[in-house]
Order: sequence, then C-alpha cells, then structure tokens
Amino acid sequence: MSDNTSTLRGWLRAEVTTSPRHAALQRFYFGWLRLKGNPLALFGLSVLLFLIVVAILAPVIAPVGFNDQSLTRRLLPPSAEHWFGTDELGRDVFSRIVWGSRITLYISCLVAIIAAPVGLAVGTTAGYFGGWTDTVLMRVNDIFLSFPGLILALAFVAALGPGIENAVIAIALTAWPPIARLARAETLTVRSSDYIAAVRIQGASPARIILKHIVPMCIPSVVVRITLNMAGIILTAAGLGFLGLGAQPPLPEWGAMLSTGRQSMLQAWWLAAIPGLAILTTSLAFNLFGDGLRDVLDPRSE
Amino acid sequence: MAEPKAAAGQPPAAAPSSSLPRWVRPLLRQLASVAVTLLGLMALAFFIGRMLPLDPVIAIVGEQAEKETYDMVYRQLGLDRPLWQQFLFFIRDMLSGDFGNALFTGNRVADDLKRVFPATIELATFAILIGVGIGVPVGVLAAVYRDSPLDHSVRFIGLLGYSSPTFWLGLMGLIVFYAWLDLVGGPGRLDVSYIDMVEPVTGLLTVDALLVGEYDVFWNTLSHMILPGTILGYSSMAYISRMTRSFMLEQLGQEYVTAARVKGQSKWRVVWRHAFRNILVQLITVIALAYAFLLEGAVLTETVFAWPGFGRYLTSGILAGDMNAVLACVLIIGVIFVALNLLSDLLYRLLDPRTK
Repeated sequence: MSDNTSTLRGWLRAEVTTSPRHAALQRFYFGWLRLKGNPLALFGLSVLLFLIVVAILAPVIAPVGFNDQSLTRRLLPPSAEHWFGTDELGRDVFSRIVWGSRITLYISCLVAIIAAPVGLAVGTTAGYFGGWTDTVLMRVNDIFLSFPGLILALAFVAALGPGIENAVIAIALTAWPPIARLARAETLTVRSSDYIAAVRIQGASPARIILKHIVPMCIPSVVVRITLNMAGIILTAAGLGFLGLGAQPPLPEWGAMLSTGRQSMLQAWWLAAIPGLAILTTSLAFNLFGDGLRDVLDPRSE
Repeated sequence: MAEPKAAAGQPPAAAPSSSLPRWVRPLLRQLASVAVTLLGLMALAFFIGRMLPLDPVIAIVGEQAEKETYDMVYRQLGLDRPLWQQFLFFIRDMLSGDFGNALFTGNRVADDLKRVFPATIELATFAILIGVGIGVPVGVLAAVYRDSPLDHSVRFIGLLGYSSPTFWLGLMGLIVFYAWLDLVGGPGRLDVSYIDMVEPVTGLLTVDALLVGEYDVFWNTLSHMILPGTILGYSSMAYISRMTRSFMLEQLGQEYVTAARVKGQSKWRVVWRHAFRNILVQLITVIALAYAFLLEGAVLTETVFAWPGFGRYLTSGILAGDMNAVLACVLIIGVIFVALNLLSDLLYRLLDPRTK
C-alpha cells in the first residue's frame, strides 16, 4: 500500500483519502478515466479546446484582420492563399472565421455565467423553502418555459434592440428556467437529509445552508445541463445573428456572416458553407462532450 | 392549500360534496394552472411591450404631429391611466383577439395572422409527417438492434440534426438541390406563373389546389415545400427517433416481451403488436411537443425560403419595430405551446389505461 502512494497515480487511486482536496482530485481523476473511455466525448472536448486556443491566439493565427478589405480580390474561391476564399468585400473568410470564434465563445460563456447562477438561485430557493415561495417561483419558471427559446429571445431582442450584449441578455433570459427546474429537483432530494438538519441545528441561516451545503450538490448536474444546452445557445445566437438581430456587421459573427454571404451564395458557395460548418462543428462538439460529461458526473441519468 | 389534504385523507366516495368522478379534480387543477400560465404569458408580453424603445403614439401619429393630436392619441391608448389599468385593457384586447394594427403591413394583425398561419401549418404538417414517418420506424429499429452499427449511425445522424443550424441546412439545400441540380422549386410557395391561380379556401395550397383539380399547382407547391419541409422535419426526426428508441428499449426489457417470445410468437410480431403498442401514448406526447417546436424552427426556415408564413411575419415585424405584430405572434406561440402541452397531457390521461 505504502509503495503505491509514492507515485502520483497511486496517490490518486488511494483507497482512503487523506484530505478533502485529495478526495476532490481523486473524483476528478476517476471522472477523467471514464471520459477517456468515450472517444466521441474526447473528440468533442478536443474540438472545444482547439476552439479556445484559436480564439486566444486569433491575432497570431489569422493572416489578416477581420475587416481588412481588398476590393480587387472579391469573391475568390478557396485557394492556398485564401483557405476559405474571400467575401463580397474581398475580406479573407478564414481570418473572419478565426476572429469569429472569439464572439461565439464570448456569447456562450457570458450566457452561462448569467444563466447558471440565476437558475441555481431560483431553483435552490424554491426547493429549500417550498410552500408559496416554491409555487410562485415555479409558476414564473413555467411561464418562461412555455415559450420556445428562440421566440422568447426574439421578443426580448425586439424590446432591447439588436446587438451582441442584448442578444446575450435575451438568450440568458431563456436559458435559466431549465437550470432552475433542475436545481429545484436536486434540492428536493437533499433538503430533508440528515447533514442539512445537522447544519440547521447548529444555527446556520437559510442563506448559508443553501449557498454552502445545497448549491455544491447541484453543481455537477447543472454543469452537465449547461454544457448540453450550450449547443442550443450557440444555435440561438447564430440564428439571431442570421436574422440581423445579434452581432452586427462588420463583426465576424458566424450567423451574421451567413446572412451577408447569402446574397452571393449562388456564385460563391463557400460564403454560406464555411460559417455554417463552423457553427455546426462547435455545437456538435458541445453535444458530444455534454453527453460524455453526463455519463461521468451523473451516472443515474443513463 | 387545505383542499388537497382533505382529498388525500379520504377516499373519494366518502367526500360528501364531490360526487364528481375521480379524474375531475386533477383536471380542474390543471386547467387552473393553465389559466395562471396564460395570465403570466400576457404579463410577460405586456412587460416586453413596455420595454420596447418605441413610442406607440409616435408610431401612430407620426413624428410631425401636433401636440394636441399627440395628447389625444396618448389618452385614447390609455397611456395616461395607471399601469394596472393598462394591463387590464391589454388583457381585454388580447382575449377578444384584438391585436391592433400592424403598421408595417397596414392591416389588422388578426387579419394578417389569418393569412400567414395556413402557410406555416402546411409546412409544419409536412415536416411532422417526415419526422414521424422516418423517426418512428428508425427509432424502433435502433432499439431492436441496440448497439449495432445501425443504432450508432441513427444516434449520430440524430445528433447532427440537433447540432445543425436549420437556416444553414436551408441555404445549402438551396445551393445544391435548386441552383446546382435544379431538382426542387426555389424560394416562395409557388413559381411566379402559378401565383393566384387558386382561390384560397383553407389557405393550405396543396389542399386548395386538389379541391379545384389544379394538379399543376399542386405539384408546383409540393416542389417548393419539399426542401424546407424536409429540413424542418429533420430536426423533429432526430428528436422523435431518439425518444422512440428509449421508449422501446424500456418495453423490450420487460418480462412480457420474453414471455411472448417464449410462447413462440415471431420477433417482429412481438415488437410491433406488443411493445410498440405500449409506447403509442408516450409517442403522442412527444409528437405534440415536436410539432410545437416546429413552429420555432419555422421562424428561421421561412426566412431562408421566403416562405410567406408566420415566422417570416414575426421576423419582419421585429425588423420593422412593430410592437403589435410582435406581441401578437409571441403570445400566440405561447398559447399554442401551452395548448399542445395540455392536449398531450389530456390524451395521455384519456388513452393510457394505467392512469385510470
């Protein structure tokens, strides 16, 4: 036993954990082992990591800026010089796709950062207090859920006006209800357990119980849900861009690129094909990774 | 909140006042919750309307109106009343189907909606036929041949369906099948030469054309519908096949299936006559939901294919900043969603013997 713990792997596999951090790392390690056995999920993860690297290194990778025009080089098909061709203003499509990855990641991260805490707060509060609080909060939740996401986002964007920030707010407003419902269900399962009772007897306030003892229990399933919903969020954002209600030209948002590329797509198929493929790849990667993550973090759901 | 306790504590026969059948009470409770949801929908729509950065008075009288005209319209719209009174007026108008005028078309919104809705219904119905017609058999096969290459490819194709932007599929379909191969009709519902050849009766062009025997028009509108309909149907096919598969897996794992096989019944007879029959009710719920989500997909698909339906009406309304049209569309979609959910719930209760 003792010679096993001398290696890192042995330490991670130890049957008795020595500290909370040890236990957390061990959980993480076993999760990783499970994920490693799922090639599709690994593929999804590597695409996402690749996307993040591309977004960070955009100034290095992109040959030119996203709005560098060259009117003599318009609508050129893909070639060695312009991998993805050029658009109606002679801009390099490859560069625009690379810069556009930043916008996609920006929107999806921001939506997750807004929607997850809101959903967690509403769901755990409703679940912990029950009674009228629960009824009212879940009614509101149902109302939001009774709209399809894109329609509700469209309505909010109509009210707020087009633009990236407003698109983020609109999508976040449609993204929190499923998370709230999930967090509530998780809260209901732990609410009456002994450890919560023990904390309550020690005099902890409801806020402390929810924040310190209930929210951590909800985090794994919320992370899975957010990852799976990310595909839908990206599609909604691209849809808003396509309708001219999200990011505005000349920003190289992929949906907006599709919408401008549409005008010349019969002569220049790549203007429609490439941004769409980028959207498809990203949302597919999120779906694959989310599926794998669900199997790792939430074995019950299979 | 005291009532459920009484209901739970006593058997229904002992309750003196309620001689109602046992299923009435949950039904009433459900209807009440639907009513609250609808009220909430209207509150949300009202709130969104308030947020719009447009002045509804200027939208009617124009920028150069006199101060008196402006004030008069301001009072006529009830904008000088307290907010809760305005909300009551709003509810009254919405319930009576009075959505006001759509400024960007110049018509009443209710009339516009009557005109554009059939186009969407026709497209969505075509799509759901494809979704069900392919999704259900494929889902059953995937469940029967679990973990076979067939199962994996069905899952992957389904995942692609979830992950694809429908508007992009539409554009690619137009490039390949319309521009390059010339197999299908282009954008719109009809070729220009066929427009107005058939008087609208139901508003569904295929049905109208068949009613008067204009087969050319029928084939033409079908050739226009096949691409957007298939692409729209693809996403619901993905959903329906996945749900069918998981429902079937649950049934096929049960003992009655083994028992039927042991009795000597053929494999496919057991699959279709026994297992499939038991998932029918669940499937209806899924199909109703899929149909509702088609209306969402229609917004983008119709924009791509210049399909003169509800989705394009909504997006042009938003781009034109027309509050009346947008709110009416959003509310109607919400109501359809709630109604389809209620309907599938009721069907479930009605058809599934286990809930009796």
